[in-house]
Amino acid sequence: MNLSLRWLKEFVDIGDIAPRDFSEAMTMSGSKVELFEIEGGQIDNIVVGKILSVEKHPDADKLVVCQVDVGEKQVQIVTAATNVKTGDLVPVCMDKSHLYDGTPIKKGKLRGVVSEGMFCSVAELGVTVHDFPYAIQDGIFILQDDPELHPVPGMDIREAIRLNDTKVEFEITSNRPDCFSVIGLAREAAATFGKELKLHTPEVKTTGKKSEGMLEVKVHEPELCPIYSARIVENVRVKPSPLWMRERLRAMGVRPINNIVDITNYVMLEYGQPMHAFDLRFIKDGKINVRLAKDGEKITTLDGIDRTLSSSNLVIADAEKPVAIAGVMGGEYSGIMDDTTTIVFESANFNGSSVRRTAKSQNMRTDASARYEKGLDPNAVLPALDRACELVQLLDAGDILDGTIVDDNSAREPLRIKLNADWVNHFLNTELTFDEMKAILEKIDCKLDGDDIIVPTFRPDLLHKADIAEEIARFHGYNTIESTPLSGGAQGKFSVRQKFDMNITNTLIALGLDEIMTYSFISPKYYNKVMMPEGHRLRNSVVISNPLGEDTSIMRTTAFPSMLEILSKNYNNRNEYAYLFEIAREYRPTAPDKLPDEKNVLTVGMYGGGVDFFKAKGVAEEVMKRSGVENYEFEQSSEFFGYHPGRCAKITIGGEMIGVLGEVHPKVQQNYGIGTRIYAFSINTDKLFANAQLDKHYKPLPKYPAVTRDIAVICSKDIPVAALEKAIKEGAGKHLESVKLFDVYEGKQIAPGLKSAAFSLTLRSAEGTLTDEQAASAMNKAIKSLEKVGAQLRS
Amino acid sequence: MKEKLEEIRERARQELAAAAAVENVEALRIKYAGKKGELTQILKQMGKLSPDERPVVGQLANEVRSFIETAVETKKAELAEAMLEKQLEDEKLDVTLPADMSPLGHKHPLSIVLDEIKEIFVGMGFEIVDGPEVEYDYYNFEALNIPKDHPARDTQDTFYITDNILLRTQTSPVQVRVMEKQKPPIRIISPGRVFRSDAVDATHSPLFHQIEGLVVDKDITFADLKGTLETFIKRLYGEDSVVRFRPHHFPFTEPSAEVDVQCFSCKGKGCRVCKNEGWIEILGCGMVHPKVLENCGIDPEVYSGFALGLGLERVAMRRYGVDDMRLFYENDTRFLSQFE
Repeated sequence: MNLSLRWLKEFVDIGDIAPRDFSEAMTMSGSKVELFEIEGGQIDNIVVGKILSVEKHPDADKLVVCQVDVGEKQVQIVTAATNVKTGDLVPVCMDKSHLYDGTPIKKGKLRGVVSEGMFCSVAELGVTVHDFPYAIQDGIFILQDDPELHPVPGMDIREAIRLNDTKVEFEITSNRPDCFSVIGLAREAAATFGKELKLHTPEVKTTGKKSEGMLEVKVHEPELCPIYSARIVENVRVKPSPLWMRERLRAMGVRPINNIVDITNYVMLEYGQPMHAFDLRFIKDGKINVRLAKDGEKITTLDGIDRTLSSSNLVIADAEKPVAIAGVMGGEYSGIMDDTTTIVFESANFNGSSVRRTAKSQNMRTDASARYEKGLDPNAVLPALDRACELVQLLDAGDILDGTIVDDNSAREPLRIKLNADWVNHFLNTELTFDEMKAILEKIDCKLDGDDIIVPTFRPDLLHKADIAEEIARFHGYNTIESTPLSGGAQGKFSVRQKFDMNITNTLIALGLDEIMTYSFISPKYYNKVMMPEGHRLRNSVVISNPLGEDTSIMRTTAFPSMLEILSKNYNNRNEYAYLFEIAREYRPTAPDKLPDEKNVLTVGMYGGGVDFFKAKGVAEEVMKRSGVENYEFEQSSEFFGYHPGRCAKITIGGEMIGVLGEVHPKVQQNYGIGTRIYAFSINTDKLFANAQLDKHYKPLPKYPAVTRDIAVICSKDIPVAALEKAIKEGAGKHLESVKLFDVYEGKQIAPGLKSAAFSLTLRSAEGTLTDEQAASAMNKAIKSLEKVGAQLRS
Repeated sequence: MKEKLEEIRERARQELAAAAAVENVEALRIKYAGKKGELTQILKQMGKLSPDERPVVGQLANEVRSFIETAVETKKAELAEAMLEKQLEDEKLDVTLPADMSPLGHKHPLSIVLDEIKEIFVGMGFEIVDGPEVEYDYYNFEALNIPKDHPARDTQDTFYITDNILLRTQTSPVQVRVMEKQKPPIRIISPGRVFRSDAVDATHSPLFHQIEGLVVDKDITFADLKGTLETFIKRLYGEDSVVRFRPHHFPFTEPSAEVDVQCFSCKGKGCRVCKNEGWIEILGCGMVHPKVLENCGIDPEVYSGFALGLGLERVAMRRYGVDDMRLFYENDTRFLSQFE
């Protein structure tokens, strides 16, 4: 919301306060100023000049040489402009002057003739032909002896055309529709600076002719339209508005059009109450019906778009058809035209939610709908209508008929809230008296009836005693309230799970991996890129109904493709290696209208720097061990999409799958444009946590020495080493402390299809040093167990 | 024989002096003082001497043996010392050669800053809670006093899944869930991912992180809110931070405030960093709206509370001088490895 300070000063006397100080004070009382701009603030040394003579340039056909009176002296200006003549008053940019955008102008020579500056156009002053309708776009700005302007040679141009207002841009929050108006902000300013708010009651002078019988208004939906009012103006005289109105509109960021349109905008800005004007000729049978549209009913709005309405859209209709979408936009057909003679001014109040829904469904947000949807004051409707008529008279824009046509169902008892000074003081930690609070509340037009606060109808946000406390706090000053430390000795802590997750992060960082963060939403195409089969259960994703684009349109069911994207980016940026991890959520749909299952998953991806399958496996194992999980198993698996079918393992605990690890499938590697092998794994950290043994117990250090024995076996190469290890563990008995693979061999010395595997077994007893017999017995049992899984002792 | 012994002593002395290696010294010891050495050979001939000469020659022989043994040990020690010195000399390294170790990984900069914020709040008695990122409209909006068709919804452009399910636009729904389950006193923060329909550019991302805090108890006042946030900001930005509270509007708090910290670069004078305002907006906060408490089954006549919220990315950008938010989500290792 832009505000003209000049306009504001009509309602509150803030004197010559500096814009910066004004902005600071308003911000601190709750009306946040985004920025302020002094109109023409960069214009410097441009003055009014009177052209004394225009002569041909001796050496150029298209240039003329002018002698110009600039007050105390006379200057010579050379110009190519064709619209200047002797006697014209024009803006003269003197030597070392600046245009509105800071462009410097200097004295110079044009084809050998000295020019002590230049004349300028409206655009070079930062204004438009809408602001000065008598100016032309492409040419010098010829000043006119406007009734409000009396430019004389030598006068500063900003003063001469009154380009010296200050525009202040406010951030108005959605709870303060009243502040979308000059009067609303003036009320805030008056309260902020302790000044009186000078309100004006409009007076309408009519021709005496009665409007009875010319127009009938009927509201069919009083809930959606508490009040609808109209007045008729005859013999409309459409012309430009006077300068004072044009410059106020300009400062508020509204383009002046003509007096009738400008009046509706002016009143909207001043009162915050949107207005509309119809051509009475096009109100069939002189009947206005405020009703819901019929499904499929059509209207062409002022923006020229044909719209189809639904039965949830409130419209202003004549006897037959809609002529406006209530609170949003008027119809093209019934608008003001060049030959309009009689107009109907509309001022009405509409239900905010209804306007918001309609505007949204028609995809047309307007200044009017933006105001209505926040909830406007029904009591502003009639004063605004009167103000419009008053302006019609002031601008001599038409003849006002007697009588307001109105359907009013808006009468409500004003809201009352008890002022409990003790409660407020306790809540805010203040020590204000009841009377001090009362004084603050009266500044913002709350009336007090005993300890009852009567809330003004333009403040729909004041509903509760907490709202009252805020009003008191902001004018008392948030920063004058003494702070207190939070009392009560609460014990803050990280939960067991939070510490578990932090530990995973720390472990991975110690292992040399960098943490990444990626978007939770992905493109459905990512599933193809990782070779997820058609119809795979993970293709069933949570879908965003209004995504920014396809790339971020579904919630990922797996973070694997996100990891590959990042690896790919790093590879393309020529990073030699990348070891990355992310702990984030995967989203699995459950039932319609139920929240998805959000799984916490660790995803790791690595390429380059000599990483291979077993290094990746080492990272996975270290994470699990450090998380308090020892009983994990790796099972060969070719069932996972995206992985090399021969280099992929399912990670399980007690038969339950918790993750997958492997080399990324060469095709996937190619899909991501990565020219080296990639290793990746993912582990569901919820399941890992569920299986974690977090209570650690100390194991006594061994008292007796260990015995080591080596064993080599031959078996089919399809038997995984893990199966052999398991057989040894099951067979060797209680003295087996650990078993370690130290060699696997396939090749010439062994028959095709077989492999040899050599293990080192460590045996130890807690009761005493093991005898050779005991060790031999353990080894024999291990060999027998190995034989059962198809492995023979290598001779 | 005496002469012979003297001659042996002299020869041993000279040969030992000339020996260049420990092995040579040992060989000399064996040659002279070994079981079959020259001294032994001489002593075997002692029988031939007169009883008078025997003690004299015997004594001399012992002296010579003793001399040789001492000289051998001394020489060995000298040589060992010389060898060590040579070894140390040979082993000299160019210590400026690069180190050899596997480098540690790096925490994401957002995690580093988030961990710091979490620690500050834990130190102030807060617990950390988590909640769904795909959330019901009710928890994200309605329970927070933002009904359907409320204009405040415009400030948080929302991704919808269905009419009733959305991607949370804030982490406040976690607070509602906590209040529904837990009786006051409540002192929590809820950090996490939030989603808003903003196109990606240097300062916007459709996914970002928020940290929201909530305190509910008997007698919680606006002054407690101020005190808590001042402490938090001083711990995060330094004890000399200057903080101000500015009235604002959030549908779920009343009174509401935005909190600014005086610009660190210009100390409030106005500069490029603070867009000439002298202040930098840090967070939003307020006293929990009575309707929100009521919606969660907490009696606003008995309890009061405050809530706060801040964006993690902005804090991290300011902390590290990162001027483009996209860097956080591009995850280039050359970027990530700059943070420890």
